[in-house]
Amino acid sequence: MAVASADQTGARPTRAGRRLSAPSWAGPLPFLAYVAIFLIWPIGIVVVDALKNPSGAWAPSNLSEFGNSLVRGYFIGSLKLCVLSSVLGAVLGAILAYAIASGDPDGPVRRIYLAVSGVLAQFGGVTLAFAFQALIGPAGLLFHASWYYNFPWGIGVIYIYFQVPLMVLVFLPAIDGVKVQWREASENLGSSTWQYWRYVGGPLLWPAFLGGLLLLFANALSAFATIQAWENQIAYIVPQQISTSLSSEVGLSNVNVADLLALGMIVMVVIVMTVYALLQRRAARWLR
Amino acid sequence: MAAITTLGETPITPPASGQRGVHGRRRRRLNAFRYVVFAVFALFFILPLLAMARFSFEGAKLGTWSLSAWKQITAYQGSSGIPPLSSAVEITLELAVITCGVILVLLVPTMIWVRLRVQWLSRAIEFLCLLPLTIPSIVLVVGLGPIYNKIQHYSLSALMLFWIYVILALPYAYRALSAGLGAIDVTTISEAARSLGASWFTVMVRVIAPNMRQAILNAMLLSFSLVLGEFTIAFLLLYSNLQVELYSISRNTPNAGVIFSTSFAVLLFAFVLLLILSYAGRFRRGRG
Amino acid sequence: MTSSSQTTAGTVDRSAVEVRLEGLSRHYGPVVALDHLDLTLLPGELIALLGPSGCGKTTTLRLLAGLEDADTGRITVGGRDITRLPASKRDMGMVFQAYSLFPHMTVRQNVAFGLRLRRVGSAERDRHALEMLELVGLAAQADRYPHQLSGGQQQRVALARALAIEPQVLLLDEPLSALDAKVRAQLRDQIRRIQLEVGITTLFVTHDQEEALAIADRVGVMRDGRLEQLASPTEVYSRPATSFVAEFVGLSNRLEGEVRGGEVVVRGRTLPLVERDVPDGPAVALVRPEAVTMASHTAQESGPLVGTVIAVTFLGATSRVTVDLGDTTVLAQLSTSDAADLPAGSRVALTIRPDPVLVSSSSEPAVSAAGEDE
Repeated sequence: MAVASADQTGARPTRAGRRLSAPSWAGPLPFLAYVAIFLIWPIGIVVVDALKNPSGAWAPSNLSEFGNSLVRGYFIGSLKLCVLSSVLGAVLGAILAYAIASGDPDGPVRRIYLAVSGVLAQFGGVTLAFAFQALIGPAGLLFHASWYYNFPWGIGVIYIYFQVPLMVLVFLPAIDGVKVQWREASENLGSSTWQYWRYVGGPLLWPAFLGGLLLLFANALSAFATIQAWENQIAYIVPQQISTSLSSEVGLSNVNVADLLALGMIVMVVIVMTVYALLQRRAARWLR
Repeated sequence: MAAITTLGETPITPPASGQRGVHGRRRRRLNAFRYVVFAVFALFFILPLLAMARFSFEGAKLGTWSLSAWKQITAYQGSSGIPPLSSAVEITLELAVITCGVILVLLVPTMIWVRLRVQWLSRAIEFLCLLPLTIPSIVLVVGLGPIYNKIQHYSLSALMLFWIYVILALPYAYRALSAGLGAIDVTTISEAARSLGASWFTVMVRVIAPNMRQAILNAMLLSFSLVLGEFTIAFLLLYSNLQVELYSISRNTPNAGVIFSTSFAVLLFAFVLLLILSYAGRFRRGRG
Repeated sequence: MTSSSQTTAGTVDRSAVEVRLEGLSRHYGPVVALDHLDLTLLPGELIALLGPSGCGKTTTLRLLAGLEDADTGRITVGGRDITRLPASKRDMGMVFQAYSLFPHMTVRQNVAFGLRLRRVGSAERDRHALEMLELVGLAAQADRYPHQLSGGQQQRVALARALAIEPQVLLLDEPLSALDAKVRAQLRDQIRRIQLEVGITTLFVTHDQEEALAIADRVGVMRDGRLEQLASPTEVYSRPATSFVAEFVGLSNRLEGEVRGGEVVVRGRTLPLVERDVPDGPAVALVRPEAVTMASHTAQESGPLVGTVIAVTFLGATSRVTVDLGDTTVLAQLSTSDAADLPAGSRVALTIRPDPVLVSSSSEPAVSAAGEDE
């Protein structure tokens, strides 16, 4: 089994076994340096350049460009697509997760799901766009769905393909965590099925559902490849606009547009993921 | 759920076949719902794949069958200025291997080291490793521009993408490795080995790593699949990898059979990788 | 046992009801969980169903609660046939083994839940919930969440919740099994006290015979879906109806002997039989360790009940002494002071008190050493 060379780990093989070992903090250094250069630094560049103008001077007024109707339009476009695909994905994913969870834990359904979800998770990006083109594109196998050019519905439906498995992945453990005793106790105390879901099941699953929805939202926000390969015309959402402005000089004259848009995305995603983390903590406490 | 079934003596989901009464009815209604859900979702997920497969076997005239699209995977020349498909496939495979290698050499020792000697850093490592999940690739690319400008002073090869691919693979590799580390009692066995005179290096290489074989394999396969499917960063940094190449072909000849055959081939490949993983897991368990 | 007086908690007793189970059967595929069970609970009575895993005791409880459907049979509560009634309409309070409190509700909200479903006004709900919590001694924890309570406290809340709806029947499904030993004993007594105070007809399921014997009015020993014996604790213990009961409840020595004219001769001692009409011939007598006592501890005698001490197990006030009689091993339960004179290796002569014994027909024990049914 191929393994780290002594240089990477910083520990030198010794005879005594302890004496010549490198100090504890030396070990993670290569990794930390790597991540600092290729993850932290780019993020830093985005944040900093967003606040500079093209000549390199410091221009915090750039932030006011978020009020620009064009920029706002891009974010609204993204929001429309994200809200649509995340709500659809969350609801459908929750239904599918419930259907899987309410079956035999050792049965064939679970096993198939586990096997398939791994494959489906890899199937995204441009390949997904090709597949749907083959199905409902102009020369499509099934039929030609001309509504797929309507933004955001067309691409939103395609996003479901990877949103639903993600939702199932996140929500299924939550449903599994709902103990059968709660249902039985609730019935024993006199509740109908509807009352059980209203007072017990629903409130218990709500944080996990909301968390899943937020995760799907962040996921849709970041998606680029599928829509890039799908649309014939350029879609007016943030990732596409970042792409456009990176490859051309067209855009707002005083501002590094790409950086600004990217900063906006960072802010959105960080907010969403923070709320998600908080919701997950509560859900985990109840549904462990 | 497993914990509960050992406490009581009755099965949690008793078979309700042939049962009259409230519970039998309820179970039957639930099963009907489940099967409908599965049928609908199965259709939604399988049809695009079928369409893609069908197109990959499409001949020169519509409705005919041919293997030409598959042969073209290696033979496709592309229009002027675009490298042939085979070199893109080659580059991507090489990239995947390099990325896996770097993960192996960088992340595995670091995680083991931190777990053994610098536990207080583990939270920070976890945060850094999961950060790429939150930050969209599209945002990362914006910040990477200046950095890759520098890199391109040294090499123009698309293989230079591996630097950022490692970062992208971090969350998935981390989760796999963390699960593997969590399954073994790292502290105890390392203390035992140390008390027998082993150096830190020996502990990591000869004691811990062999016990994580499954997790390491898992992490490798996830990283490999990720590289095969990556589009956004390669595209925006103006490199040519497999997905970018497929995209270019689709822009020139929208329904070129080769894009379907290649996509389908990649999908099958990912599926095979997953099979290997689950098979290796079973094999390992068999040996105790 | 009907009573209309006020209990100390201030709740007014309702008349207790009779619960009748007739011919109940339930099977899961080929496995028969319950085989035509007949059981009647008298008003206000606490019956403990005792038996090893898989004997059908929990199935009985769940059928009574309505959480599962019976294949055949009838259930009558207070004269009313409820067999077809769904669980939510059966007016029974149930305490589960574990995990049944709703984690997202406070203790108070948990206890008041049943009342909320019955559309009781919120002030009245709170008042009643608090009353119930006082009954179990947890009024101070009313605004905490279940995960902040210990296992024993959680079960007490579960009991309060079950009683809050003033059910006709109380069902307890191994409520103490998941708790520590010390807590178990305390809670057991508390449950019994409350049950007597409220006067509610109760079915208590357990696999712990000590529990069953301590709190029940009657004990029902079950095996393979059938009732082996239903009688008071003393009777089940000292006059077991079958060898399974004799060996499941308490310990038994299996000693070979010979039945002669309504008595059995075991190792030189003549013992009366529980059942008179056992045919003459060789048989295995089931003798309780408490019936085996010390005759003397002079070392030199030999005889059918003379042997060497192998081990002494200290149990507190009494000790269990394992004695090797040469061809078999015998357990004697002696006071610890007597057992103190018997270190391992010493010779001792035993005697058997002439308590009525049961004679087993089979040569194999009905219950394995671990206490699990084979």
